[in-house]
Amino acid sequence: MSSQSQPLSPSFSRPFEHALLEVAARPFPWGPGALLVVAFGLLPWLADDYWLNAILIPFLVLSLAGLGLNLLTGYTGQTSVGSAGFMAVGAFATYAFLLRVPALPLPLALLAGGAIAAGAGFVFGIPSKRIKGFYLMVTTLAAQFFLEWVFTKFPWFYNHASSGTISAPRLEVFGHDISGPGGRYVLTLSVVALLTWIAHNLVRGQVGRNWTAIRDMDTAAAVIGIEVDRYKRLAFAVSSFYLGIAGALWTFAYLGTASASSFDINRSFQILFIIIIGGMGSIAGNFIGAAFISLLPLFLSQAGQALLGSSVDPGQIQNLQKIIFGALIIAFLIKEPEGLARMLRRFAARLAVWPLRF
Amino acid sequence: MRNILKRTVLAATLAAALMGTAPVTQAATNEQFIPLPTYRVGPYASSGIPWWAGVIDYLRYINEVEGGVDGVKLVWKECETEWSTDRIVECYERYKKGYNGAPTAFFFTHSTPASYALMDKGVADRIPLVDPAGGRTESTDGSVFPYAFPLLLNYYSQASVGINYIAQKEGGFEKLKGKKIVTVFHDSAYGRETQAPMELLAKKYGFENIQIPVADPGNEQSAQWRQVRQIKPDWVFLRTWGVSTPVGIKTAARFGIPVDRLIGDVWAGSEADVLPAGAAAKGYQALAPFPGGADFEIHRRLRKFILDAGKSDLKDPKFFGSVYYNIGLINAAMAVEALRTGHRKFGNRPLNGEEGGWAFEHLDISDARLKEIGFFGLLQKLKLSCNEHEGGGAARVQQWDGKKWVLVTDWVQADRKALRPLIDAKAAAYAREKNIKPRDCS
Repeated sequence: MSSQSQPLSPSFSRPFEHALLEVAARPFPWGPGALLVVAFGLLPWLADDYWLNAILIPFLVLSLAGLGLNLLTGYTGQTSVGSAGFMAVGAFATYAFLLRVPALPLPLALLAGGAIAAGAGFVFGIPSKRIKGFYLMVTTLAAQFFLEWVFTKFPWFYNHASSGTISAPRLEVFGHDISGPGGRYVLTLSVVALLTWIAHNLVRGQVGRNWTAIRDMDTAAAVIGIEVDRYKRLAFAVSSFYLGIAGALWTFAYLGTASASSFDINRSFQILFIIIIGGMGSIAGNFIGAAFISLLPLFLSQAGQALLGSSVDPGQIQNLQKIIFGALIIAFLIKEPEGLARMLRRFAARLAVWPLRF
Repeated sequence: MRNILKRTVLAATLAAALMGTAPVTQAATNEQFIPLPTYRVGPYASSGIPWWAGVIDYLRYINEVEGGVDGVKLVWKECETEWSTDRIVECYERYKKGYNGAPTAFFFTHSTPASYALMDKGVADRIPLVDPAGGRTESTDGSVFPYAFPLLLNYYSQASVGINYIAQKEGGFEKLKGKKIVTVFHDSAYGRETQAPMELLAKKYGFENIQIPVADPGNEQSAQWRQVRQIKPDWVFLRTWGVSTPVGIKTAARFGIPVDRLIGDVWAGSEADVLPAGAAAKGYQALAPFPGGADFEIHRRLRKFILDAGKSDLKDPKFFGSVYYNIGLINAAMAVEALRTGHRKFGNRPLNGEEGGWAFEHLDISDARLKEIGFFGLLQKLKLSCNEHEGGGAARVQQWDGKKWVLVTDWVQADRKALRPLIDAKAAAYAREKNIKPRDCS
């Protein structure tokens, strides 16, 4: 609360517009702040290539993709299984900008790629005016297959390369070469941190509240004067913008290359699982979900090898891991259908009053 | 009191984090480490299981019967990837620095998308990326791609071997004029890879080049084969993959296209491709840089020392000598021979990635050597150099007799002279795009 001690004037002599407006001073976000300090300041020095290249970068990119889909599905209530298609648009558009406009610096190319993806999202969001729920999901499925086909069919998109594969022509920001693991990590982290901050503010502002109103009941939202169609299309565009940038980062900062098949329907499902497991309508949930989906299989695989070693057939270990992974997902969803984010919040709340129970 | 649980959780997390970062050090031994990105589960498991059984059986044979490679023991670790590119990249990152002091000398990607993804990383880390009968075609030019090896038979050579075999059947290249050759291809990066060489060869020999795509996964191909039927082609080159191959063979039979006019590409020529097609596949031919069959000399040795000793990785002995098992054997043998080449230069000790790259670049396996190691007829002779990272460029042709593959030709050589300008142009374009200064290979 504000520490301002000026007494409120009891009189109503001043016009209403001039009423003293008290804005609650937001406490400094120590948690995210500390995370950022660790992520920017310590990790690039502490983590080795394996951690940066194989764990942190894909985790961050998948979190960003989850965030993109969450804006559409978790906040606006429009289910989509076309996420990977929009990621592909972002990746191929960024590639086209980098290749054909050599003067464009990487951050601007990313932005432009995201903008093209937003345009594609806007177009595929138009049907949301008339159709809802499952039927809308089918149109996003069509978008997924259509976009995948486009990026296989027309060689212009991959610069007539023999295998339909694109690769990053240059990775430099303002003259600094960032093609090393550290550079790519910092690039990814900066983009993800910035976009997360924007999304966080977006969902707490006018736009986010309109989206939530539409998600909860679109008729009621229309009655109180929200332009439902416009905000749905906006959600598609913003979501695709995020997904497009995630796709570009996946291509250029993580793998170094991509083809249309890198963004197939399985990738869409992976992102959908991230937000279902992490938590719909939650920003932190995307990060938790991405960690669960991308890191747990690696952890299980390493643990399986360390514990069981060569005594058991490696194929069997792998199948065992799949069983454990599946069982964990089911267990989590039964225990907490609203996702891991909600579960952690409840756990924290319990900790705060411990040892009392509630 | 209230914060005890909080503290416990915090302490436990910290402890776990510390334990995770504690370095595991062991004295370096006289061991060579080999990372194996496997796919024993997932959609391609049916090919992955015999494949890695072949690799591991051969490595075990080298370790236990020959006492290692020049006395250097081989150790390996698997990472299950389900053939997904990001998991293969993860495996590469996990093991590029070796394991427990044993260095990594090379990394078999076993996946064209992964070869592409790792291309820059391999150069930065000085780890040779080996992808026999796959990989990036233009990486044949070693002056631009020092650490990539599309060994044996790149995609361009596959197209060329196909055409050369057709010419052989027709009775000479001049007979190709005016013939209709249809390529039915899996509509993906892999399937499109041979379009450029086919166009070039069509111009050179005057045949009509017709390309018909099959969308992934290719469960239903009536439209494509109706079109093929209308064209009435002389030959059909089948460049499908996975389920699209048996479906293609069956649908071709349904539309009355004679099966002995179908020629499958490398990745459409295993037992898994013809068995589901049943009787329709009898007489189907396929290119075989990795021939099937269990009667080669190496199979006799493996049967004696590994299979009958109960040391085989193969769960079902019926796959012994299957195409995918033999792929594993051949890949492992090339790796072992490359290590030997390196030992001659660097001494009999474990090699690192840079030395591994040198070793692959100087790999030279003659027919005499093939006879010694028991691979004569199974593996073609190979000779690599600084700007020649393919090494072989030949394949045999095998025909399915309803029960097993029968080899119908000796090694058919690709017209690599004609294809090389295409490869050089692509490599030069890549060098320009990436700002690479090609090495001097003279």
